[in-house]
Parts: sequence; C-alpha cells; structure tokens
Amino acid sequence: MTSSPRQEAGWEVVIGLEIHVQLSTNTKIFSGASTKFGAPPNSQACAIDLGMPGVLPVVNEQVYPKAIAFGLAVGANIETCSVFDRKNYFYPDLPKGYQITQMNYPIVRGGQVDILLESGETKTICITRAHLEEDAGKSLHEDFPGMTAIDLNRAGTPLLEIVSEPDMNSAAEAVAYAKHIHQLVTYLDVSDGDMSQGSLRCDANVSIRRTGDSDLGTRTETKNVNSFRYLERAITYEIERQIAILEGGGRIIQETRLYDPVRDETRPMRSKETATDYRYFPEPDLLPVLIDQAYIQAVRESMPELPVAKRVRFEKEYDLSAADAIVLTSNVQLANYFERVAATGGDSRLAANWVRVELLGKLNREGMELDDAPVSAEQLGSIVTRIRDNTISGKIAKTVFDGLWSGQASSADDFIKSHGLEQVSGADELEPIVTAIIAANPSQAKQYRSGKTKLLGFFVGQVMKETQGKANPQQVNDLIKKLLDN
Amino acid sequence: MLHKRTITELRTGLQKGEFSAEELTLYYLERIEGNARELNAYITVTADIAMEQARRSDRDRGKGVAGPLSGIPIAYKDIFCTEGVRTSAGSLMLDKFIAPYSATVVEKLSGAGAVMLGKTNMDEFAMGSSNENSHYGHVLNPWDKERVPGGSSGGSAAAVAAGLCAAATGTDTGGSIRQPASFCGVTGIKPTYGRISRWGIIAYASSLDQAGPITRTAEDAALMLQVMAGHDAKDSTSIATEVPDYTRTLGDSIKGQRIGLCREYFEEGLDGATEKIIMEAVAVLESLGAIISEVTLPNTRHAIPAYYIIAPAECSANLSRYDGVRYGYRCENPTDLQDLYKRSRSEALGEEVKQRILVGTFVLSAGYYDAYYRKAQQVRRLIKNDFVEAFKEVDILLSPTAPAPAFRIGEKSGDQIAMYLQDIYTIASNLAGLPAISIPAGMNGQLPTGLQLIGNYLDEARLLNVAHQFQLQTNWHRLSPPEGGP
Amino acid sequence: MKVTKEVVERIAELAQLQIPNRELDAVMEKMGRILDLVEEMQSVQTTGVEPMANPLDATQTLRPDTITEKNQRRLYQEIAPDTRDGYYLVPRVIE
Repeated sequence: MTSSPRQEAGWEVVIGLEIHVQLSTNTKIFSGASTKFGAPPNSQACAIDLGMPGVLPVVNEQVYPKAIAFGLAVGANIETCSVFDRKNYFYPDLPKGYQITQMNYPIVRGGQVDILLESGETKTICITRAHLEEDAGKSLHEDFPGMTAIDLNRAGTPLLEIVSEPDMNSAAEAVAYAKHIHQLVTYLDVSDGDMSQGSLRCDANVSIRRTGDSDLGTRTETKNVNSFRYLERAITYEIERQIAILEGGGRIIQETRLYDPVRDETRPMRSKETATDYRYFPEPDLLPVLIDQAYIQAVRESMPELPVAKRVRFEKEYDLSAADAIVLTSNVQLANYFERVAATGGDSRLAANWVRVELLGKLNREGMELDDAPVSAEQLGSIVTRIRDNTISGKIAKTVFDGLWSGQASSADDFIKSHGLEQVSGADELEPIVTAIIAANPSQAKQYRSGKTKLLGFFVGQVMKETQGKANPQQVNDLIKKLLDN
Repeated sequence: MLHKRTITELRTGLQKGEFSAEELTLYYLERIEGNARELNAYITVTADIAMEQARRSDRDRGKGVAGPLSGIPIAYKDIFCTEGVRTSAGSLMLDKFIAPYSATVVEKLSGAGAVMLGKTNMDEFAMGSSNENSHYGHVLNPWDKERVPGGSSGGSAAAVAAGLCAAATGTDTGGSIRQPASFCGVTGIKPTYGRISRWGIIAYASSLDQAGPITRTAEDAALMLQVMAGHDAKDSTSIATEVPDYTRTLGDSIKGQRIGLCREYFEEGLDGATEKIIMEAVAVLESLGAIISEVTLPNTRHAIPAYYIIAPAECSANLSRYDGVRYGYRCENPTDLQDLYKRSRSEALGEEVKQRILVGTFVLSAGYYDAYYRKAQQVRRLIKNDFVEAFKEVDILLSPTAPAPAFRIGEKSGDQIAMYLQDIYTIASNLAGLPAISIPAGMNGQLPTGLQLIGNYLDEARLLNVAHQFQLQTNWHRLSPPEGGP
Repeated sequence: MKVTKEVVERIAELAQLQIPNRELDAVMEKMGRILDLVEEMQSVQTTGVEPMANPLDATQTLRPDTITEKNQRRLYQEIAPDTRDGYYLVPRVIE
C-alpha cells in the first residue's frame, strides 16, 4: 500500500466491499466434481455443473463448518435455518441460467472486524452478511476470433460472499479490510486465499459525497478485482474519476465497471447492462438445512486460534516486540513455522529474528512462498540452537543457512561438521593463536599499550582471519585484552 | 393375447417357461411396429436395446438371478434420461439430445430386469393435459382415435392401454399421470412427493414433479412402485423412509377403511355421467366394508390459481438452461449472444411452453413477487392444511380423476383456461405433495372414466390396497380398447 | 388484469424469448386471461401464513466432500453445438 488517494478538499469517500471467497473444499458446492485449479478446460465440469437436463444439486457438507467458522470469527449471528434461492439471469458462464445463492437467509448475518490502519489506530468495519453460493465459469474473449470460449471448471465452486457495510473512507482502508478478511479466511482454512488463482475476489462499491452531506452519492461497482494492489488502484481511479465528473458539473451513473490493470483504469461493463431483475425465489431442489446450537458449538470448538489472539500470545509467550508479533502472525503458516523454529531452537527472540530477517528476506529476494522454502523450521531451529550454544557465530550461521538452502546438507550440524565451522573457543586453542598474532605485530601492540585501545579491533580481525571466522568473538576480545594488558 | 396380460401374469409365464423374454419383447416390438404410426405413442423405439436386455433377462433367469421385473417390456416417458438414447421431453429443443446418463428410475428398473421398449410421447416438457403440445405430434386415444389420451404422460397411458408395453413410467406435476390414466382406462399412481428420485427426470416444476408407474392394474402398480421408490443420495428432496412391501398388503380387507368424498369435487363443473360412475364405485367400496363420509377442503378451489403461478415460476427458471450453448437446439448463424439465446429458445420451444415461461417470469418479477408468487405459496400451505385436517377424519379421500372423459382433439386447444381446468381434481395433491392413484371405475359410453384416491403422506400401500380390492370386485381395468384394422 | 405491451416486452427480454410483433397481441391477451384466472386467489386471507416452498417439511441431507466425478468432457461435448479445444463457443461477448 503506497499512499492514500489524492483527495480533493471537501469530498468524502464511501466504500463498501463484497468479497468472494472460494472455500477450500475438495469438491464443488453442489456436485462431486473436483475444484482443483488449473485443469484442462471443462474437464472438471460434471453433468450437474453443466446444467444438464434432469440433474439435481446436493449440498457439500463441508461448506457449512467453513461458513459458520467465519461467522463466529467475526462475531456474527449464524442462521439456524439455511435456505438457498435461485438468482435468475442469462450468461454463458452460468450454465443453468440461474445461480444458486442465499438471498433471504444468509448463513452469516452481522459481525465486525477491527482493522489496523497505517497510523497504528484501529477502525471497526461492520459486516452486513455473508452467504453461500456457487461460482460461475470463466469466459475467455481473446483466444478464438469472434468467439467467446467458455470453461465451466470453476462453475459450482463454493463461494462465501462477504458483504461489508459502506464503512471505509479510503482506498487504504479498503485494502486493509480486504487483507484482514484474507488473513482471517486463511487462518480458519475457510479458503486457501490464493488470489492469483481467484480464491479471493473483491467487488468495490465506491461513491463520494460533499463532506458533511448525510445522503450517500451514486455508487459504482467495480467487479472482480483479484489483487490488493489492483484494489487500491481501482478505487483510487474511481474516486478521482467521480470527483472529476462531479466537479465538472456532471452526474455519476450507477453502473458495473471493470478494472483494467494494463491501462490502470476502470471501464463500464457492457455485457450485463441488459434489464436486470434477478427474480429470486426459494430453490425448490434443495430443502432447508437446520443448524442447531450443538453443531455451531462443535464448529466453535474446532476453530483455530485467530490472528489477534495469536499476536497477543506471541508477544507474551515469546517475549516478542509488537512489530515482530504482527509480522510473524500475518499468516498462519508463518506463525506455525516460527513456533516450530522457536521450539527447536530454544531462543524465541533469536528465532523471531532469524525467521523475520533471514528467512523472509531470502524468500522475498528469491520471489518464493513459505511453502516452497527449502529450509524447514526444524533445520532453521537447529541453526538457532548452534548460535545459542556458541557452536557457531551469527555470521557463520548465515553460511550454514545458505548451505541448507542450497541443499548441501540435511541438518545444521552436518553442515557445520562437514565444513569444519565449529567456533574455535576455549583458551587452550585460542591463546597460542593470539600470542602469535601479538608477536607478529609488535608496533601495533606497542601503540595499543600506549593507550590506542581502538587497535583492539585490528587484533580481533587478525585472529578471525587466522581462524577463518570460527573463533568466538567474545572470547577473542577477552583474550587479546588479557594478553596485551599484561 | 400376451399384450392383455398383467405384469404378474407375464412373470408367471416367464417363470414357467411359457415364453422367453426375447419372444415376449419381439411380440411387443411387432405390436409397436404395427401400431406406431397410428397412435403415435412412442417418440423413439429402442428395439436393439430391448432385444439385448431381453436376452440378458433370459440368461439371468437361466442362472436363477432374475430380478423382480426380469423380462417385463416397459416404456419410459421421454422425460426420463436414458443413457445413449435420445431424451427429447417432447421438444424440438432436445430433438438431438442423447442423454449422457440415466435417470435413477431407469437404473432401478433396468437393474430389476425390465426391458426398455422405447420412449413415449408427451406434452412438451410435460406442459399440457392432452398431448397436443408435442413436437412429435398428437397421440391418439386408443378408445377413440378422434380424442386425446390426456397429458402430459399421454404416450405412456395410450401405450399401456393399447398393449404396446406391459407398463410405462410417467411423471405427474398437476395430474399428468392420473388424468391420462383416467382417459385411457389404465391405472396410474403419483406417489408422495419425494418417494421416487427425480434424478435424471427433466424438470418442469421441481417442487411438484413426481414420477410414477402407469399399469393395467393396482397390483402391477405395486410391483413397479416397489422398484422405482426409495431414497436417492442424488436427489436432496427424496425421502429417506424405508419403502414398505406394497404387495404384502394388497390382499388386506378394506373393512373399516374411512373414505372421505371431497364435497368440493362433486359440485359444479362435474359431468353427470362421470358423477354417476364415481358414485357406483363408491357403492362397491362401501360393500367391501369401507366407511364413506363427506369431507370438505375449503381452500382446494384455489389450487388451480396457485398451481398456475407456482408451476410456471419454477418452470421459467428450470428451462433457462436451454440456451443453445452446451447442448440442444442452436439457431443458425447467430449474430451475437442475444440473438443466439433468443432465436434458439424461440425457435425450439413450443407456444405453451413459452407462454408458461412468460407467466412464470412475470409472477417472479420485481413488484409482482409478493402479490403472485408469495401469495401462491401461502395459499399452497392453506391447501395442504385442509388435507392435514381431512386426514384426521378419514384414511383416504375420493374424487373423480377428471371432470369429464377424454375430449376431442382440438376441442380445447383454443381455450387454455378450459384446458387448465382439466386438472381441477388432481392439482391439489401435487401442491400438498400427497400420493394419489387413478383407477378405471366405469365406462362413459365408449370412454373410460377414472376414480381418484388420495392418501396421506407415504400411505401408498393403503391406496394400492384399496385400489386392488376394488379391482378384485370390478372388471373395468380388464377392458381393452377395440383393435383397429389387421 | 390488463397486460401491457411494455410488460410483455420486458418479461420476454428477461426470459430471452423473441415475440414477433404480429404475435404480441395474442400473447398479451393469453397472459391477461391466465392472470385473471389466478386473480381469484387474491381474496384469500393469508395474513401470517408462512409461504410453503416445498410440500415436505423435511430438511436437507448433505453430501460428503469427496470427489465422485471423473472427466467426461468428450461424452458431454459430443452433444454440444459448438466446441473447440475443450471449450464451449458462443458469439463473442464484449465486456
């Protein structure tokens, strides 16, 4: 997130988000077809997903615990009688001509999240509702001249659509909220959260009004934004566009728009602008699902620790700074990784530092994800152990880390041993080396003794050079002082 | 005269080796060949499949593993998906639709050894009461070839009546099994909603559609229903309750059974001769010990209005999938997507179907939903409540199946409302989801007249018992239409 | 109930049906008669009556989250009007 939008004086921005989260299930919401991403076109579209004549939907039992867990995490009410509705419209990626969704009885109603602003303050964003529905297929407009190609693999993938109140007042806030939701759904394993695969997509409702006005301005809806960066840019563009129109004396048209990242602009969508009247009615192929308190309680008990609780615990249990705790709890995989490093390594602050600085730094430089890191938490933990017990120095530890990263050894100890990197420590080994160095540099020794104590560093450097960095720096320091001061 | 035999009689013949399944099937195929063009009862005859299944049945019998319907030649209404065989629903839209899978009912009947002779004619997408709405032309009533066989399962009823199959399947959304059974002098039962899986049955109105058998006798209906009924994990609305042995109770005495005559069904609009036939049938039941009383269903007169809102509403969504994209009819050289949709649908769907889609779209549209659709759903509950009250007083309700015998082809085709009133006695049980059977109760001149018995939820066994006991005392079900020509 | 030309045209658009001008009057008239037929129902007192969407007062059974479907694209696309490289094709849609 870079900057908040250029905001003209006198305008207030109002933003609400609809976030579509693909649930991390093996199969579709109403069929037994796989939801795996990246399969050949239409190879995972079964008769139900294709809307063949005579087929019927049967609900995947896994969508309920996931939706309910999200609801509980945001303090919402859980609908105990869950009903599906049909939403009718024609579009080639919607095989049945209707989408099965929840209009009148969303599974989750109400709730709120506290987002962390850049200023360090928190802001409460209210959630209107979250409902279950099926995803549509994909339309490809570019691959065949004059034709649109339809791939229905995605059709029927379970979605939780999370609708916020229009509580956000800047692009930055909207992005912070979206990130918060992303963190929550990945923590809860509601979704894999992989935005590059469309697992989390945002529709942004944006309007502006004169500061002090109580009525909302006319809003536009920018659909299907699938990265946080694009979300910020789409909203920023939309705010500036609307302000320019209103200041030019024009009117905002309520419409659906698409964000084009190449041109960095939003454009009206032409295809869905025909008469819209979705004619919702209860889905007759599905009966109500009753969700009792015992079921909700069971979901509650199986819920993992949530990000805020984890952050507080990390600060306390591991004695971490707030900044470290925020980074290390930013996603659940990283938090788990850190906890394993700390458990193996035995020094939580050292572990935090290594995970945050070395591991994340390396991943960043290599453009890799944590899942792909070649150094396991246990391996990193063993490096921390050897730093802690003075087997290696912090500097040597980086060599060990690189060695493990490139697969030269399977454990820190193996690498240290095979490369002879154990610290040289103990007076027996070090004293003859230090004595020899002092003897070899009589003029520097004389200067030191006459008060130029800065030369201590020179001697330490010589010793480290001689020992190829394996000497324990503290011991070397002490030894040089002792021998020179004599 | 094999074609006059009941399933029970054919089973005996097959068991005794009087004839083989192959001989029986060949016999029926020859009859169909001779009659096919005359009655137009079949859309597709599947001779090859039939012969193959018959031979398998003979082999099974030789090995002693014959199923309960092994070798029995039956026909499926062309609304049941049959893998590898065209399944048209009587529509040009699906004229080239080769079903990629089979309906659960088809799987079950095949599994029980039944032989598929072919697919029977029907009103397009089951919308109609005369079989005049088929893309494949009218079906003639075998009793009077200037008259309709009823609808929408007109081909199935005509085929059973004319001895072109031993039994057939039908579907009943507002009377589509019972009214043609009545018009053709055969037995037809619509079970409790959810008793038979709807998987693979092309949907008309999902909350009303229910499959059932059309047979010569109640005993045959019991044999067919036994196989067809049962829970199906592929149909969320199918009932999990175990299926009782319907044949076990057929022989029970009906002494003491409380039979209620629905007062409202004997008022205006009922043909005098039909009323007389029904009252004579009541006398037969009374002579068997049934206790006859009168009951009232005050809201039942609203059944037709409620039905003609609910059924079109559901149909308007169910038929949206016929868009010319993935299967079915596509217009020539579409200029754009809208053109593709509109011309494909308008060219390939018949007038009555389009009319119902328009009405259904209207009653669900913004501003009309509450006044029409919601109101109809409320009235539907009131209608159901009437039945719940009535079944506190009686075990079975009795009425005519249709207000008059079969009408002439073309007689009502100009008057939609008159056509809709055909279903005045049958529709309420669909709205309430109750089981109902129509059995031949007498002749009105040369035309058969049916009697309807409506049972409480899942009380099919009682309906079949009473119907069977009635058939033991009467001969109406044994009458056959005159065979025309050589 | 009188059904206007505008209503029929709007409904036809929603339903993606084409009604030729010469048939418009007949459709309007038929729809009007059906709506007259159902109009009678308006007199029924339904205050407080819960709408009934399904005849069974039953609840839903659910399906375990296990993959039961295999790739049958070839079978399904044999009956498709226009496919290429595994995709269904329609005239170009401009978004």
